[in-house]
Amino acid sequence: MSIEQFVFIALSAITLLGGWIVITNRNLYRAALGLVLSFFGVAGLYALLDAGFLAVVQVLIYVGAISILIIFAIMLTRRVMDRTAVQHNAQWGISALVALALFGVIGYTLLFRAADQWAVSSTGLPEKPIEMLGEALVTTYALPFEVASVLLLVALVGAIVIAREK
Amino acid sequence: MNILDDLFITIGQWWTALLSNTLGLPDGIVLVINGLIGGLIFALLGVVMVLVLTYMERKVFSRLQDRIGPNRWGPFGVLQAVTDAIKMLIKEDIVPDEADRLLFNLAPVLMVIPAVMLYTVLPFGRGMQGSDLGVGALYVVAIGSLTSIAVMTAGWSSNNKYGLLGAFRVIAQLVSYEIPMVLAVASVVLVTGSMSLVDIVESQPIPNAILMPVAFLVYMAAGMAELGRSPFDLLEADSEIVAGYFIEYSGMKFALFFLAEYINMFAVAGLVTTLFLSGWKGPVLPTWLWFFIKTFAVVFVFIWARGSWPRFRIDHMLNFAWKFLVPLALVNLMVVGLVDKLLTDAEMWVRAVALLGSNLVLVVVTLIVVAWAGRRSRSAALRTIAGAR
Repeated sequence: MSIEQFVFIALSAITLLGGWIVITNRNLYRAALGLVLSFFGVAGLYALLDAGFLAVVQVLIYVGAISILIIFAIMLTRRVMDRTAVQHNAQWGISALVALALFGVIGYTLLFRAADQWAVSSTGLPEKPIEMLGEALVTTYALPFEVASVLLLVALVGAIVIAREK
Repeated sequence: MNILDDLFITIGQWWTALLSNTLGLPDGIVLVINGLIGGLIFALLGVVMVLVLTYMERKVFSRLQDRIGPNRWGPFGVLQAVTDAIKMLIKEDIVPDEADRLLFNLAPVLMVIPAVMLYTVLPFGRGMQGSDLGVGALYVVAIGSLTSIAVMTAGWSSNNKYGLLGAFRVIAQLVSYEIPMVLAVASVVLVTGSMSLVDIVESQPIPNAILMPVAFLVYMAAGMAELGRSPFDLLEADSEIVAGYFIEYSGMKFALFFLAEYINMFAVAGLVTTLFLSGWKGPVLPTWLWFFIKTFAVVFVFIWARGSWPRFRIDHMLNFAWKFLVPLALVNLMVVGLVDKLLTDAEMWVRAVALLGSNLVLVVVTLIVVAWAGRRSRSAALRTIAGAR
């Protein structure tokens, strides 16, 4: 087993452990921290795939901003530390069946159908990915870029309007 | 001077040769061992720097206040930090009654981790950095945003309303000052053309503080606020909110929080040196010595600012960030980008003079705008007072 496989298994274990903590913990705050752990695992997986920029942006946005948002939302709810909270409702049987069926379908496809037919790029990774990304953002994908900026501006103005004093 | 300059690189190469050739270990294992040793060295470097910095802070701060500072333990009080550490270690370890034990113990650790992680990308000298990330500047920003989670965990797990309020305020301050910091770094990256910190140092024959003084000052202010130092230390001031979010921490955990703050201070000072003061470049001395000299000069300026200015109130602090620093940093980014890209093909000194000139024009315009706004608000206040009479 090569070092890469070993690191991949370790990072996947961290991600899955974080996910497990999110689902099973009765304490909402600990569940939020488990989510942070799984975000870190995903960032590690991005780094393993040589997508350094994406790994850092994952940490910056998911851990640095979205996790704080989730934590603040948890703070402002009332029954956070309720030790008697249950993690599932009455329909857990059917949802378990559906989840297992989905797992089976995806596993079968990955293992037996698409095993040797992954589409691999013939050119390999570009040498200066960040510069190509920047250039693409302002030439080919300028319109989505600008629309995303307008969306962020609308969200910012909307938040200020909602949170005003009058 | 070349031997002294490459001293650490030579030691590293000798060690790697020892592992690979003499002991015959495969390359992957050598990489892992070197990585682990590098991580250990950075952690220890952080802690040793804390010893030096606490001593420096107490001495300089007390001299600014016309007193002597610690002078009892060791010659000139050098061992004061050691005695402080012993005191912290032998204190009772209290966990509040209803607090969340795991999170309470985890929060100081979560606070130290991002501070130490910042050391990996700092170029301590020519060829001496932990790892030359292609996205070094963005990595710094991402790691800086991890502190908020640690602070929130500390405030929440104390099971103390004042601790929670203190944590909310700290998050507000940290998040508000991240934006001018990122914009100042963005203007440096714009002029350099690369996000790697090694490239940023390499491409500074003239330090960026002279080319872009506005970005330099914005970054210094935002850095001081991110560190939670005076004049932005409302959150840990004893007379304001009784130590804010670490109100319930005692002994070694409290020491860990302060350790994290000083490690962070040294890392931010190192970043200021790298981004704005041309890193390890310097004429005669070895490069790593220049880096430490410049970093300690920046730390001296931080301590000087702490000893000179009174504390900001929380709403003044947030106003300063959102209404002053963010627009200033945005306009600075636009001005620097415009000037730099218009003069890409010109000579270096033409670009330098143009950048410096445009920055000075920006400073003058900013001062005029701030004076006009101040005059307007003062006349409005006078009118309400006169009208009420």
